[in-house]
Amino acid sequence: MTTGYGRRRGGMARYVRRARALCALLLFALLVNAARVQVVLARSYDDNPANRRNSIARYGLPRGDILVGGVPVTGSRDSGEQLRYERTYPQGPLYAPVTGFASQLYGTTFLEHAEDGVLSGTDPMLAPFPLWNDTGRAVNPGGNVVTTLNRYAQEAAYRGLGSRKGAVAAIEPATGRILALVSTPSYDPSQLSGNGAAVTAAWSRLNGDPEKPMLNRAVRQTYPPGSTFKVVTAAAALDAGVVTDLDAPTDSPDPYRLPGTTTRLTNEGDGCADASLRAAFEWSCNTVFAKLGVDVGAADMTATAEAFGFNDTRLRIPFTAAPSTFDTSVDKAQLALSSIGQYNTRATPLQMAMVAAAVADGGLAHPPYLVERTVRRTGETVGTGGAGQVRQVMSPATAVRMKELMVDVVREGTGTNAAIRGATVGGKTGTAQHGLGNSGVPYAWFVSWAQADDDLEPKVAVAVVVEDAAAERSDISGGGDAAPIARAVMRAVLGF
Amino acid sequence: MTKAGTTLAATATPTYAVRLPRRRGIELALIVLAVLLSVYGYCAVGLAKTGTVPPGAAGYGAGLGVLALVAHLAVRLRAPYADPLPLPIGVLLNGIGLVLIYRLDLQTPGDRAAPAQLVWSTLGVGLFILVVLMLRDHRVLQRYAYVCVAAALVLLLLPILFPAVNGARIWIRFAGFSIQPGEFAKVLLAVFFAAYLAANRNALAYAGRRLWFMQFPTGRVLGPIVTIWLVSVGVLILERDLGTSLLFFGLFVVMLYVATGRTGWIAVGLLLAVFGALAVGRLEPHVHGRIEDWLHPFASIDAGQGPNQLAQSLFAFAAGGVLGTGLGLGHSVLIGFAAKSDFILATAGEELGLAGLSAIFLLYGLLVERGYRAGLALRDPFGRLLAVGLASILALQVFVIAGGVTGLIPLTGMAMPFLAQGGSSVVTNWAIVALLIRVSDSARRHYDGQVAP
Repeated sequence: MTTGYGRRRGGMARYVRRARALCALLLFALLVNAARVQVVLARSYDDNPANRRNSIARYGLPRGDILVGGVPVTGSRDSGEQLRYERTYPQGPLYAPVTGFASQLYGTTFLEHAEDGVLSGTDPMLAPFPLWNDTGRAVNPGGNVVTTLNRYAQEAAYRGLGSRKGAVAAIEPATGRILALVSTPSYDPSQLSGNGAAVTAAWSRLNGDPEKPMLNRAVRQTYPPGSTFKVVTAAAALDAGVVTDLDAPTDSPDPYRLPGTTTRLTNEGDGCADASLRAAFEWSCNTVFAKLGVDVGAADMTATAEAFGFNDTRLRIPFTAAPSTFDTSVDKAQLALSSIGQYNTRATPLQMAMVAAAVADGGLAHPPYLVERTVRRTGETVGTGGAGQVRQVMSPATAVRMKELMVDVVREGTGTNAAIRGATVGGKTGTAQHGLGNSGVPYAWFVSWAQADDDLEPKVAVAVVVEDAAAERSDISGGGDAAPIARAVMRAVLGF
Repeated sequence: MTKAGTTLAATATPTYAVRLPRRRGIELALIVLAVLLSVYGYCAVGLAKTGTVPPGAAGYGAGLGVLALVAHLAVRLRAPYADPLPLPIGVLLNGIGLVLIYRLDLQTPGDRAAPAQLVWSTLGVGLFILVVLMLRDHRVLQRYAYVCVAAALVLLLLPILFPAVNGARIWIRFAGFSIQPGEFAKVLLAVFFAAYLAANRNALAYAGRRLWFMQFPTGRVLGPIVTIWLVSVGVLILERDLGTSLLFFGLFVVMLYVATGRTGWIAVGLLLAVFGALAVGRLEPHVHGRIEDWLHPFASIDAGQGPNQLAQSLFAFAAGGVLGTGLGLGHSVLIGFAAKSDFILATAGEELGLAGLSAIFLLYGLLVERGYRAGLALRDPFGRLLAVGLASILALQVFVIAGGVTGLIPLTGMAMPFLAQGGSSVVTNWAIVALLIRVSDSARRHYDGQVAP
């Protein structure tokens, strides 16, 4: 070690410089770490579910609205809390099966869920210019969702069901636009909007309710379609050439013994033995249609049912609908029962409305949709609905004859309650037995379509299901309970 | 004071080779800029939160401007050769701090901290002016080294007599004010260390026994300083204020190294630090928890208890990204307790982004660098050590708290100089800037043309 005064003088400055270098190192470490947190790890921190910023941003602006006939059926309320805007529903129960809820605690359902990107403003399409959101931190106000619903049809269906349990789905045959979607009993989704204790209480109350008010029966509940499924069977029989003349006898016994079993199928009324297709459809002969289904065969029955939309798990309207089912691996006895809407055949009201619509539109099935278009707050369209693939379900000739059959039902058969003066109405009733040994309260079905005399094509197809525990068992029938509701909905759409 | 000190002081008074420019105009211009930036921030907060310029904007700007101008006049009068940067940096950081606290006040209407902070800032600038006017030569302080250390120990011991606040006994409260005496003690200890090391550095460096690879000074020289240090650190551990404890420790090691040039001191210092950290980490549950939080900041989220303060702080920094959300538009208030004090930097990080945060870090870096620069230019060991000590206090404090809230090192409660809510801290930092001004004035007044200050 060298010593000396000179070294000391120069030395101390050197040590000061080293201490200074240490400080520079500390500064450098701080800067690098800040970049690590604010740039490298930022995304994962931003997306951490415990980070409340996303929720604050989400509820910081009023949510876009859902429009029916140009009028919002939703609103937003400034709660003044950290999660600022809460959803309101001026006519909550009426539109609940369409809007669903938008809750700060329990997420979103139905349109609120399917169109959340547009409604909450996060959809990049809402940006006024391409890539605008990537360059700045601009937050777009939520866009609006314009629905296909017809306000009067929706109200007529809701009023028609009243205090009974059931559902209605109505669509425009030529396009697949959904005109009404009602489920009762309903609930007010406003109760779930906020994040307080009242919301938690409402949530557990609604979920615990045995009447299941939050169940969307129109699209999420499948029922045995019963006799209304005979529309499918008749179309399959006509298309397959099993029946060529509507008025020719069908060579079917009454009672009909299910193939390979000793079970004998009977009818409610008389005159079904050897009945023509027209008569059998008009009076809903189980024996005739069970035999027709077997004659058509499982392959053709399945093909027709699937063309109508059965077994389709991918349907989005834009939220998912429960798939309606037609069992594809059946023996002849099961096929016979399946063909009259029993066994494993199940359908949503929406599916049965699609069946009526396909008949009404000359055999074409248009995928149903609820969203006409999505628009910015300023009005420009950012997206349109209804781009689904159209399917040919049956030949146009078959469709003409099916319409004839359905018109007869309303004119002089089981569906006279649906007749509308000044319009052609075709329909089919159904009373589905269910439960162990058919002990459950039966479901009353009615599916129909209507064309005003001065219209060029049918304007509405509708399916109604009523499950009414309060009514007398014998009183429940498609013609008695469901047909008047269908009539009211059709009249509302036709403007009568 | 001592023989060595006077000799060195005498040799450090050479002929003045060059007369340096005074550069007071630059200082004034930078002060105006600092005040304007602060007022701009104040208006930006108001515009973001309410859509209007806050009604107090003019008064706030005028107040800050007058304070800064009076300080500038004092410097012009009594320290005309002083470095032109420390005062504007102090004004800007203090201004930004007031803006951030005001901004957080808007979301905590029940707890307004900005008015009190403004009063303390005024007191701080008052102390700055007092020091610049009264202290004609920093070497005077050398005479009061033992007074300083006695005062520092009293200040450190005082809070033990008062009830603990939030687990730490570092406050004394009277008449509605709470004061953290440990803040003032930092400066006093730096003065003492500087004076003592300047007087004894030869003995520390060259006398004593050689043991293994390094030379140990005699106990007579080392004894007092180690005792002082142990007492101060012990008191701090008793008071549970580990941030300040860490700061004293770092200050002591840096100054000892600069005074003696013995790398061994750093080794011993680091060894002691590791040993101390391990012991305290094991024995003290409070500290143990801090280390666990640092290693696993999101453990409380995984445990279903929601994010803790450090996690909220990290969320805030992340939310800022590169450019920040803009003043008044972030949600750092989610941090909750201590958002205006220990975690004030998270608000800066979220609302000003990495860009703004880096700018703030660089401002601190610049302030520290000016301190070291003054130290390098000074010829007397006391002044040199004092400048190094004061600059190191700032550097270490910024590193400990900024590193803590950004997850670089375990979090220890400490005030971000000038930015954080806390009267004692603001006043102390203005005292530090005043001393740096005084020291740099000496350095540049007596410039010998060798090391450019």
